[in-house]
This record gives sequence, structure tokens and C-alpha cells, in this order.
Amino acid sequence: MFRDIDFLSSEANMYSLRYEPDVCAACETRDCLVKCQYMSLTSEEAREEKGKLLRGEDSRVLTDCVTCYACEEYCPNGNHPFYLIVDRQEEKGIHPVPKPVEKLQVRMMAPKGEAAYQEKHSPLINLCAFTPFEKISLQGKLFENISTVGGNDVFCNLMYLHFGRSSIIKERVPKAIETLWKCYVEKNLITEMICFHDECYGTYTSWAPAYGIEVPFKPVHFFRYVLDELHKRKDEIKRLNMKIAYQRPCSNRLIPETQPLVDEILELIGAERPSRTYDRENALCCGGVMRFQGRDDLADDVQRRNMDDMVATGAQVCVFNCQFCLLTMGEPVAKRGLMPMLLSDLCRQAIEE
Amino acid sequence: MGKMSDSIHEALSTIVGSEHVSKEPEELFLYARDPGTMQPREPDFVALPGSTEEVRQILLLANQRRIPVVPLGGGLVLSGLTIPQKGGIVLDMKRMDRILEVNESSRYVIVEAGVSQGALQAYLRKNYPQLKHSIPDSPPTATVAGNILIHGSGHLSQATGFHSDMLNGLEVVLPTGEVCQLGSCSVSPYWFARAPLPDLSGLFLGWFGTTGVVTKLAIKLYPNPALRDVMLFVTESEDYLPDILYRLTGTEMLEDLLVTMTSEPRWVEGMQMTRIHMAANSDEELELKRRVIKRSLRSYVEEKEGGFMDVLPPMKGSFLETPIRDISVFADSMKGGGFEYVGAIMPIEQFPKACREGASIAKRNRMPYVQIARIVGRAHSMMFAWGYPFNRADKRSLERAQQALDEANRAALDMGGIPWKAERPSQELILERMDPATRLLMQRVQRLMDPNGIMNPGNWQGDGDGI
Repeated sequence: MFRDIDFLSSEANMYSLRYEPDVCAACETRDCLVKCQYMSLTSEEAREEKGKLLRGEDSRVLTDCVTCYACEEYCPNGNHPFYLIVDRQEEKGIHPVPKPVEKLQVRMMAPKGEAAYQEKHSPLINLCAFTPFEKISLQGKLFENISTVGGNDVFCNLMYLHFGRSSIIKERVPKAIETLWKCYVEKNLITEMICFHDECYGTYTSWAPAYGIEVPFKPVHFFRYVLDELHKRKDEIKRLNMKIAYQRPCSNRLIPETQPLVDEILELIGAERPSRTYDRENALCCGGVMRFQGRDDLADDVQRRNMDDMVATGAQVCVFNCQFCLLTMGEPVAKRGLMPMLLSDLCRQAIEE
Repeated sequence: MGKMSDSIHEALSTIVGSEHVSKEPEELFLYARDPGTMQPREPDFVALPGSTEEVRQILLLANQRRIPVVPLGGGLVLSGLTIPQKGGIVLDMKRMDRILEVNESSRYVIVEAGVSQGALQAYLRKNYPQLKHSIPDSPPTATVAGNILIHGSGHLSQATGFHSDMLNGLEVVLPTGEVCQLGSCSVSPYWFARAPLPDLSGLFLGWFGTTGVVTKLAIKLYPNPALRDVMLFVTESEDYLPDILYRLTGTEMLEDLLVTMTSEPRWVEGMQMTRIHMAANSDEELELKRRVIKRSLRSYVEEKEGGFMDVLPPMKGSFLETPIRDISVFADSMKGGGFEYVGAIMPIEQFPKACREGASIAKRNRMPYVQIARIVGRAHSMMFAWGYPFNRADKRSLERAQQALDEANRAALDMGGIPWKAERPSQELILERMDPATRLLMQRVQRLMDPNGIMNPGNWQGDGDGI
């Protein structure tokens, strides 16, 4: 039988968030809450709520948070405010998403324990939970020499941040790392693992270190791989000369240092990313998680503002790097006249595939 | 039967043509069984009539010679209703497969009794894309007539009721050879309704072919909006479902409403997955429906006790299939070609108990299970199915399925439900509990309609001769 998800395993209890309460308490900006686009807090209100979070008291932040991850980026001290919120949600028994939905996802994505050694070679792309998208996402010359891994046993599990369930991540991530290392990386003498999704890269470069979990391989962001491949085929690139709107995924908030890579890629293929209100640090969530939470009115409003903003720039294409964002917003943006497209496909178009 | 057999075979050949009658063992073998748990029994002959007149002549012959006649549609009823319990002639209606008329303005179609669900669906898609009929989740070779006559249900049942409620009229051949038109077509050239006449179609609905042979029928067609969608609401307590179903049907926004509970894959065990189907003519209409539906269940979401799941495109495609292919996949999960289910027509308030009983029966008999409830009307009732696949090549697997089915039938009756398209043992259970005056009335009707007892004998007969 499935283990009850309220059960905190010993593995999960081994890891705790490394953050500095004193730094947080002394923070003058309180950007984590003041900059939040979904909760309206004055600096003073933010100070009060922040204090409650630090003391482990009830705070409206715990119930109002839409789990957009953005405060991880807003924090000027790298002190992991979002991870703290999620830990506190779990401690308080708060479920941002309806319990049956949460339970179903936790069960569905549970490790199967079926992974075994397989011969792999570099470049190795970790598809994580997105294996069903392999054929449509990793096709053409840019990906012709890759090997891939994916599936439940290597799933990064970071999505449970949206569910207020740090314990699931703490329990499963070390095992996923071990599986990746033992079954695919170590014996194949692979040193780098390319993370297809921002969430995976965020797991290994942000979340795992924040909880003191060691990552024995070098994670490489998908953008870096794509950029390197484009450079190799620089002569084949035909500049697209189009305007695009980029839908920044929530998990990219954990790794904002990768954003310049998007700009480099777009520059290389001749796609313009016009300045707009809801991009970069001010990006809006795709709305998918809000719908999971039953906040449809908010999701509608966020999507409408986001798409109005995209259309106003004259963008022809809405570019995604997250399949979940694409599934959530693909149809709505298409109805607004923007072609929904994955970044990798846009790159393929630039090399005339 | 010897010479008598030869003479009957010859007579049948004269009526339908020698190429449409058989007494060959390999064909009798096939017509002796269905995919369910009932024991096979071979007919003496199989005849495929091509017209009402041929049906009439066969019934006259059979009535004169006291030969049992078993009408057969797609042969997919699963509960043995077309297994010839006392031999005789299996009357396979598949040659009578013409779609005779579509009345677009009055939205009905007249078909012969052998027209399959798939053929009618394809015909309407090609020629009348603005119209559709309600399709059950049986394979597309199931016949329209067969499903109507067993009070089936399907993809429009939440909106429009049992398939038998969608019946406008019938042409039937009585065991004594008379051909009758029932419904408006008995008076008018139009097959538009059963009202306002005395409703004699009830003499053939739910009788399992024991009162005559239906040769033609008219069924209602419905608008076929361009847009369709499905929403999935997940809960983990069957106790919530009567209220959830009541709320959803109260929105008046749905076409179809199904709840599934399965033991496989294991990650869904214990969950109730409510599939909410809707259709619309525009994005705005569809969005409005989504909103109203979501609003109806808002309190469950706010209390975190239920939630809408994203139905991703590949899954959505399979959910929107008509019929739903996944059911056939589950039916074959044990391999060996065996599947049967107890479908009981039940009041909605018994959902929690039905759910728990079904899981408990499966556990006792060490079987996987799927439970599906299709809501009929505005939660006026439901068809609650306990499905048990089995491996026909494994005797113990078959026996476990039989045991589970028997327990499910009894449980359904204990809960105030009535087994649907009941196999013979289940018919006996129903008759045992039936009001004696009703049983007597059924007996009288049967004797009046079929004085020589030739029509599908063994059904609705209790454990003795007659009810």
C-alpha cells in the first residue's frame, strides 16, 4: 500500500532548511513579501507577517501564498523565504491544493524502484517527469547525439513546493540523486547532467544546497546546452526577425542567474524580447497552479493581464521553457493570436528545421 | 433432431436464403456464448433475416413447430441474455442494418434492428454532423436496438435519461406473426413520439426478447455542438458523492456525468474520479459552463476536500472518446477473453454503500475491480457497475468472477437497486423480491404475447415454468 503522505520519514527529518533568521529579521526591504504580486502588503505588514513566519506562528501568508516561487528571487539575502513558507505550511497542516489532488499527485509520481544501470553517454539530458514530451521536445539536429534519462525514479519532486509538502521532496530527492548517480552517471563516467526543466536545475542548484543535500554531479541548465549547440551551428542559423514574449516559469525564480542565457539564445537566433511589464523579475505565473488551488478568478485575471501585456508588445510568438506552462497557457495565447512554442522549437526554426 | 432438423433447416433456407442460415458446428459454437460468465449452450440453427417479412416467416415457422427463438443484436450484452438456453434458432439481426430515415427537423432517426452504434455514429458524422445520438460505452458493434431494449444508458444520459427514454417508436413482430407499429408511427407517417397513445413499447423494453422481435425503431437525435470538454473532479471519500452529483446535475450544464473508482493503477485506489462532460457552441458558452460547474463545487475546493485536476491533452482525448476505449482495455486486463459486470440501476443516495460493497466483494474474491457510475437524468438514478475481468482459460478465475457477480447482484438488491440486463440467476433474485401481483402481471403478459413460449425461453421465468 501507499505510505500515508502525512508520514514524515526519517530521511525527511534528516534535512532542515539552512537559513538565517537573524538576517531575515534584520532585513529592511522585506522584498520577499512587499514585491509579491499576489498579496498586497505594506512594508509594516510585511514585517509583522515575516515575524510570524520566523516564529512559527500563523500568518495569512501561509494561506494566501499562490506558491509562485518569486520571493526566492526577490530576497536580497538569498535566505530562502519561499522554502521557509512551504516548511511552515506543512508544519501547520495547511494544504494549498485540495488534499485528494495532492495525494493523487504524490502517489502517481512516487518512485517505482525500477531503475537499474543503463549505458548512457554525454550529453545526458535528464527529462525528469517530462519523458512523455521527449519526442516532441528533443527532436532535430540540436539533439541528435544526446542520451536521456527520466521517469518517476529520477523525478526531482520539487513540484510539491506548490503543495506545501517539503517532506515529500526531502524524502525523495536524495533517492533520485542516488539513482541518477548510480544508474546513469557514475559508471558511465559522465560528469555533467543537463536538466531539461528549470525545476530540476533549481532542485540541484538551489533547493538541495538549501537543505544540505549533496549533489555528486554537475547540473547544467538546458539553456546552456541549447546555446552551445547553436554556437556550433552558427552558420546554419537564419535570423528569425520576430518579436516574442517569454513566459518565465515559476521554477526559474530559483535560478535567476540563467535568465541571461535566454537573452543570449534569442539574440543569436534573431528573436526580439521586447520589454514588457510582466517579464523578468516582474513575470506572472502561468495560472496553472492557481487553478489547482481552485483560484480560478485569480488565474483568469493573471492570465488576462499577462496576455494583454504580451499582445501590446506586438509579439508574434509566446515562448515557453516549461511544458506545464505551455499546457496551461498554450490555448489561451493562441486564441489571442500568439503562436505558443517551446524555446527549443524556436531554435529549431532558426536552423530551418 | 435428424429429419426434423433437416426440414427446419430447409424451411429457414427458403425464408432467408441458404447462405444466411447455418447449423454448422463452428458457427453454433460461436453463437453458444458471450464474453461473460454464463455457461455456453448451442443453438440448433442460426438465421440472419434480411427483412421484417423474413422475421415474420421465421416466427410463424417457429411458433408452429414450437422452436425457441433468441433474437441477437451485437452479442455484447455479457450477461448471457442471448445464449439460447433451450436451443432453437438464434435470430441474428445484423443483416437488417439499414438506416432508413433521418428526420432533421424533428430530430429522429429510423433504423433497422441490426444497425450498430458505430455505423449510426459514422453515418451521422458524415451526413448530419449537427446531430448525434447517445452512445453506450460498449464496443461500436453493439446494436442501437439491443441497447435501447435493455434500458441502456450512454453519453447523453445525464441530459436525456435512459436510452429507452429516447425511443420514439417500434416495429415489432409478435411470436404469432403479426407485425405491429408502436408509437406515433402506428397512426402517422412520422415516428416522432410515443405520446399521446397508450404506450405499448413497454411490452418490449426490458423483456429480453421474450415478447417479440423488434425489427425497426426510431430514436431521438440531439444537437451536436462543435465544442466538447471534460473536467475531472477528485475526491477521497465516497460519502461526498451523492451531494456532489446532486450539485453538478443541478447546474443543468452537463451532457454526461461519470464517476470511476478502480483498483488499478494503484495510485488511484480509494479515489473517486468524477468526469464532467459538457458541450457548447462557442468558447464563451463553454467557459460559462466551466465556471458554473466549478462554482457548484466551490465549497469542496475551499475546504480542500475535493479538487479539479488538469486533464492534459492525451488524457482528455481518451476521455472524450465515444465510446470510451479504456473500458475495453480494462475488460481485457486479465487476458483470456472474459469480462462481466453487474450494472445496477440505483438511487444516487446509495453511492457510498455501493462503492464500499464493490471494493469489499473484489477483495474477498481476490480480484481487481473497476466501478463506474453513470448518472441518469438529473441524479434521478444511476447505473452503478461493478466490473470483474477474468481469464476464461482459468477455471478458478471464472468461478471467482461468478461468485463476485452473485455477491454484487445480491448487494445491489439489498441496497434497493435492481441489477440491469440481469443474467438468469440474477433474474431469479429479482423475481423473488418482486411484488407478487407484478410477477403475475408479467406472467400474463408473456402468455398473452407468446402463447407457445418460444421467445428466448429461460429468461424472466424464475426457477420453474413461467414466472
